[in-house]
Amino acid sequence: MRKDYSSWSLFTKGLRHNEGWNPAWRSAEPKPSYDVVIVGAGGHGLATAYYLAKDHGVRNIAVLEKGYLGGGNTARNTTIVRSNYLWDEAALLYEHALKLWEGLTEDLNFNVMFSQRGVFNLGHTLQDMRDIERRVNANNLDGIDAMVLDAAEVKRRIPILNTSKSARYPVLGASFQPRGGVARHDAVAWGFARAASKYGVDIIENCEVTGMDIANGRIAGLETTRGTIRSERVGCVASGHSSVLAKMAGIRMPIESHPLQAFVSESMKPVLDTVVMSNAVHGYASQSDKGELVIGAGIDHYTSYTQRGSPHIIEHTAAAILELFPMFSRARMNRQWGGIVDTTPDACPIISKTKVKGLYFNCGWGTGGFKATPGSGNVFAHTIARDDPHPLNRAFDLARFSTGHLIDEHGAAGVAH
Amino acid sequence: MFVLFCPHCGEKREEEEFGYGGEAFIPRPATPEALDDEAWGDYLFMRKNPKGWHWEMWSHNTGCRKFFVVKRNTATNAIAGSWTLAEGRKAYDAEGGST
Repeated sequence: MRKDYSSWSLFTKGLRHNEGWNPAWRSAEPKPSYDVVIVGAGGHGLATAYYLAKDHGVRNIAVLEKGYLGGGNTARNTTIVRSNYLWDEAALLYEHALKLWEGLTEDLNFNVMFSQRGVFNLGHTLQDMRDIERRVNANNLDGIDAMVLDAAEVKRRIPILNTSKSARYPVLGASFQPRGGVARHDAVAWGFARAASKYGVDIIENCEVTGMDIANGRIAGLETTRGTIRSERVGCVASGHSSVLAKMAGIRMPIESHPLQAFVSESMKPVLDTVVMSNAVHGYASQSDKGELVIGAGIDHYTSYTQRGSPHIIEHTAAAILELFPMFSRARMNRQWGGIVDTTPDACPIISKTKVKGLYFNCGWGTGGFKATPGSGNVFAHTIARDDPHPLNRAFDLARFSTGHLIDEHGAAGVAH
Repeated sequence: MFVLFCPHCGEKREEEEFGYGGEAFIPRPATPEALDDEAWGDYLFMRKNPKGWHWEMWSHNTGCRKFFVVKRNTATNAIAGSWTLAEGRKAYDAEGGST
């Protein structure tokens, strides 16, 4: 059993030149069978394993990862956390996650650096502002903090923002969620991995699922690059590769996988102490604790699994950011990357049982999954443990694509669709 | 950045001239009213989304404004060719209509 991190452990290990720290989680060899197998060791998958062990008493769990832990979209997002969605179903799900974020560092005994620096969603047209007012009112009715700010107040709070009336897309105001913010994406995966490992969860890296054993409409096990693993309950949390897994089970998914690019600048002095997003000019930016600008925008329009996108998307992103922050024109970009996002027709996730008994999918988070990490794992663990959805993810069933009960979040879900 | 060949214009042009049209050859059900909700939902929303060769439509937005078919590998972005819809259909069927 690993000791908790504390000021005392930091101090005493410091006196010993920081020697003697143990690995944060146990690297496991696959056993022949498990009670539950989670496919995908990103934030959502590890959170699922953690809550299965902690809240539902499941002990014999494996998390399989085809690459390395937290190396997919967990490592590739822009770390924004908020819950100001329009529709009740989505807003309550993301708010559930936000409430878990607020206690996550203590819960995991791992500093996920959750910083509630607020999130602005800018409005540039009268229609934008009407939509913002509607969304803020909907948020307030759901008990979510949100307010409408006028352009002068936005300027007061973000001095470097271009609020000139002569701008091509003038800023007329914004919605503001004070409890929104950013978190350290890697730390979320590492924290959940460490906490799950403490409960005995086997985390197995370099283990790609290559096939599923399905008999009589029931999952019996998985074929992997490290041998056959038996399990009667399997949860797939593979983001961009969800369609690939679904195909192994003969299930069709309403998902298209697109590259989503992002980039960070060189480190600069602190200039932006909040998160700014704009649907109209199509970009979002925040500044990391290291001083880098973290910038993202829209998806590449074609489907692809290549984890890279086309340069003209970068150009559009840069143009959008400069429209908002002209002073960033001299900032040089350090790194650029692409992640593969699993987009759905209604920009909402699928957290669902399937027609294969014992096989569950948590996918379709598209461009906005990071913010939901703890909430997603929490309700998915409930779904797997009880073979029945949590009240918060009942509406996110795969069946909504035949009943027609879509949760159309394209307006509020953000810039990327 | 892709360079796509438009079979209508007979020219190779940069990706920015084109719009992505998604999976190709999804047949519209001949008798929609006869379908149950699941089959209609499948037609509307479910997609192959393969990791590998993908038959897809592109439209030449800033050129002839016509749709055409491209076979592209989504794992590598390699492009096997461009066809008009009719010619592409023949090549697609010759492969057995698979992904």
